[in-house]
Amino acid sequence: MLCIIGTVPDPDFPLVTGPVKMEKGHIVIEGRRVPVNRGTPALLAAALAAAACLQVPPIHAWLVGDIGRGDGSRRLYADMEQRLDRFPWTVLVFHYLQPDVDWHNRVLFAVEEMNKRPVMIADAGFMYAAKMSGQAGAYDLFTPDAGELAFLADETAPHPFYTRGFILHEEGRVPELIKRAYSYENAARRLLVKGETDYLADARGVLETVTEPKSAALEAMGGTGDTLTGLAAALVASSMEVSKAAILAARVNRLAGSLANPTPATQVVEIVERIPEALARLL
Amino acid sequence: MALLSFFKKKPTKPDSSFAGAQGADRGILIFENTSEVIAAENQLRSQGWRIRVMGPPPEIQRGCDLVIEFPLIEELEILRQLEAVGTPPLEMVPVTGPLLQPVGLFQTVDYGDWLMVRAANMKICIEKGSGVIVNISGGGCPDVPYLAQEMVGKTLSAAPSPRTIGHTLCGYALELAYQELKRQCSAS
Repeated sequence: MLCIIGTVPDPDFPLVTGPVKMEKGHIVIEGRRVPVNRGTPALLAAALAAAACLQVPPIHAWLVGDIGRGDGSRRLYADMEQRLDRFPWTVLVFHYLQPDVDWHNRVLFAVEEMNKRPVMIADAGFMYAAKMSGQAGAYDLFTPDAGELAFLADETAPHPFYTRGFILHEEGRVPELIKRAYSYENAARRLLVKGETDYLADARGVLETVTEPKSAALEAMGGTGDTLTGLAAALVASSMEVSKAAILAARVNRLAGSLANPTPATQVVEIVERIPEALARLL
Repeated sequence: MALLSFFKKKPTKPDSSFAGAQGADRGILIFENTSEVIAAENQLRSQGWRIRVMGPPPEIQRGCDLVIEFPLIEELEILRQLEAVGTPPLEMVPVTGPLLQPVGLFQTVDYGDWLMVRAANMKICIEKGSGVIVNISGGGCPDVPYLAQEMVGKTLSAAPSPRTIGHTLCGYALELAYQELKRQCSAS
């Protein structure tokens, strides 16, 4: 059972946990509707779109409102610390949360208390905290973009904002940065690096790449990384092995993007709508 | 939890004047969160202070932090000014080691009818003809979806700036990209 943990950009959105569904372009949880724009709602929408084509138990979410002040994230962290071990989740995705090393470590301790260790996927702010904590190896999958990979590869940077200039990403240097990230133990067991080429890697190096179809406009679009993580999560929740799920997610995301015929002004919900078709073609 | 609690040691206070380099003449202002840093930066810059927004030393890094580097000799006057506007720092301490530099490089991609600028992990894209912000991407802090929600669909001139509604390092990086995009648009 998959649970997706993150924030929505509404300061009044309460702390909620429960099954989530899609309804007319919105995700719905505990009777509350959230538009699919980008961030965790986009990740959820992609996971739900994929789950509709897969044998996946109901997807749950653990959400709170946070517009960057960190107050909502801290309430969510505290709730996870208290209650995480009561749930039967087998796949956890940690997403847009205020990066905070201390809270990250408390959540990791709470995971250790669960009956069975879940598959753990991290992206966005929680991935930043995981790297900075020195606990990246506790995760099964990180889904950085090339810039975030440069941050993982920079052993001194506490946030992508401080990635040193000599290490700043260039698409051609991705294999080198992957190697560097692993050498400093700042990468999860597997990395799915999204970009002009998508790379699946582990500590041995690059395992596989996905280059087609190409849609240059996707880089400018907000939320395409979120959909990729959501796809990978849904596929893992369908009992697919993590590496296989990551590569298939990359292919589906690129195809869904291509089917949307995107421009830099395309909104991510248009890609989400194409996921069932892309998944059906590639399964 | 305040940044203060992450201090492991405090360096001794130096006594030379500010040189803006790595000498023992600098101090840092530590705040509860990035929003307060931005407010203090706005205040101090408006008063003409020579300050720099930097990354904190390793002893106090929490994950999404900025500090303000200032000439240590001006400590009392700066404190008075920040207290007067209601943004006093949690602490002012000298620094002797190097501080992390925020990203200073921009990448621009021209898509024909659209123009995108990236700073660090944040990207902002406009339609050239109208100046309307069509997408904001990158980043991982919770204000990124909020900034996108508030800015996308508005023109560069009408949208609120990330500096005024952002709260994190991602918001700060978006501000840099936003300012660079405005600079490029005004120059063309």
